[in-house]
Amino acid sequence: MVEQWTISEIRSKLLKGAISAKELIQELLSYIENHNSYINAYLTITAESALKEAEEFDNNRKLLEEKPLGGVPIAIKDCLCTRFIRTTCASKILENFVPPYDATCVEKLRKAGAIIVGKTNMDEFAMGSTTEHSAFGPTRNPWDTDRVPGGSSGGSAAAVASGMAPCALGTDTGGSIRLPSFYCGVLGLKPTYGRVSRYGLIAFASSLDQAGPIARTVEDLAILAEVISGYDPKDTTSVKKEVPRFSEILGTPVKGIRIGIPKEYFQHSIDPEIERAVEESIKVFRTLGVDFVEVSLPHTDYGVAAYYIIAPAEASSNLARYDGVKYGFRSPTEKPDLMEMYLNTRAKGFGAEVKRRIMLGTYALSAGYYDAYYIKASKVRRLIQQDFLKAFEKCDALITPVAPLQPFKIGEKLEDPLALYLVDVFTLPASLAGIPGMSVPCGLSSRGLPVGFQLLGKYFDEEILFRLAYAYHREIAYSPQIAILS
Amino acid sequence: MSHRILDRDQVEHIAKLARLRLTEDEKDLMAEQLSSILDYVAKLNELDTTDVDPMHHAVDRSNVFRDDNPHKSIDHNEALANAPQTDGTFFIVPRVI
Repeated sequence: MVEQWTISEIRSKLLKGAISAKELIQELLSYIENHNSYINAYLTITAESALKEAEEFDNNRKLLEEKPLGGVPIAIKDCLCTRFIRTTCASKILENFVPPYDATCVEKLRKAGAIIVGKTNMDEFAMGSTTEHSAFGPTRNPWDTDRVPGGSSGGSAAAVASGMAPCALGTDTGGSIRLPSFYCGVLGLKPTYGRVSRYGLIAFASSLDQAGPIARTVEDLAILAEVISGYDPKDTTSVKKEVPRFSEILGTPVKGIRIGIPKEYFQHSIDPEIERAVEESIKVFRTLGVDFVEVSLPHTDYGVAAYYIIAPAEASSNLARYDGVKYGFRSPTEKPDLMEMYLNTRAKGFGAEVKRRIMLGTYALSAGYYDAYYIKASKVRRLIQQDFLKAFEKCDALITPVAPLQPFKIGEKLEDPLALYLVDVFTLPASLAGIPGMSVPCGLSSRGLPVGFQLLGKYFDEEILFRLAYAYHREIAYSPQIAILS
Repeated sequence: MSHRILDRDQVEHIAKLARLRLTEDEKDLMAEQLSSILDYVAKLNELDTTDVDPMHHAVDRSNVFRDDNPHKSIDHNEALANAPQTDGTFFIVPRVI
């Protein structure tokens, strides 16, 4: 029951009094309790505070009416700071970290009345594409529990797909919202870089990190995007731009919109079912009067190489703060020595993938290699951005696959880091450029696994992504399914 | 791969810069895996980027100023609450000098 409801259904039931906020939260918590131990979507469940907040809404009807998300449960990725709720980044080094403040996007959700039911699993420090690199065990894909849910926001996407939350926040540095949304068959938006404040988003790669919503319907995704977006003086990279009312423009006709098909994204070896899903969706858009034009993004194939220099370089700098002094884990040392403490703390506190990226980034920034790697990659990043700017002279949005592969088995690629990096080939270029991207589900493949496509837009034009996704789902009479958990 | 871009000595040097202690096994694995990643990354050199302006940020901006007005920040005790060791006023670390 409650596991299937959308935000608007929840709101309407609460306002009608068909269910109290406390009953709603209780039902959801018991559903989570029954299913989370196997899926491992949540690292922390905030039952006590959620029930208390629900009671406040039940005792104050005016509050419930006024707040656009009053009483709506939400799951938050565990790299977004939540005041007095443990925030681990799925890392041993932050296992017991309890932030004294909320991330701005979390604060905005709370102000709108959302109730946090828990913090979700992820790849440690968001470094990964499968949620296998968590210090607290992998999350399972609810559609096939032997398979990965994608990553790094795998916990958030799996929670939404399995009904353990109607919606969630994730973060996307190179595809970490779009890939798990695709693999779990839900909607995910990576907003334009600068649209959503990064304050309180525990930094991985600061020039790429962006928080965004995950939901089961376009309407819900739009409502959340509206709430969390906007300029924040606490984040100097957030941009002073008015936030459109995404939820109010959804029904606008899409006739005449021109979508570009970047040919490089289809020259790859792509799973045939994924390719077919994109082709079918193009047919649907054509019936809606959308025009298509072939475009070229010639530097697409260099995205992975550029990203895996730039992101680790920024990460190696950002993660220098975990030194066992101000917060987090500190390893005991045999003799009282500061350097020993640093070395032991970081050796025991970080997992293998985080160490690998710190090493890679440190190397790329070190004397003698900075120009050859970091500057070279930053120049290629510019070429990738210019590809997009040029393509957008010919079209309003782009359609691509989200990833070349369907969800694979847990453990299948764990021994080969480079093979995992290549899964990100279609999501990385948009991250490097900073443009918005959305993962849109189409339904299930013949193997019972979700398929979908990616829409990319111009800077700060999330609107067109919402309009297109909404029109597409309406045309195919899309009805979100909950992955049935045994 | 016959020739590795990074050898064990380089791995040890980078680990020192990164303040990471690696086990002997980790050093070998790291040399192998990082070399394979860097070998892939070398494809960037296929591109001529002579006159390309490096892109460090998605939104090009610099020097974002604000007025220097004092405002409330987090409480001293809250700031210390997550520290592994404090004396109630300062963070405590092993003796440095």
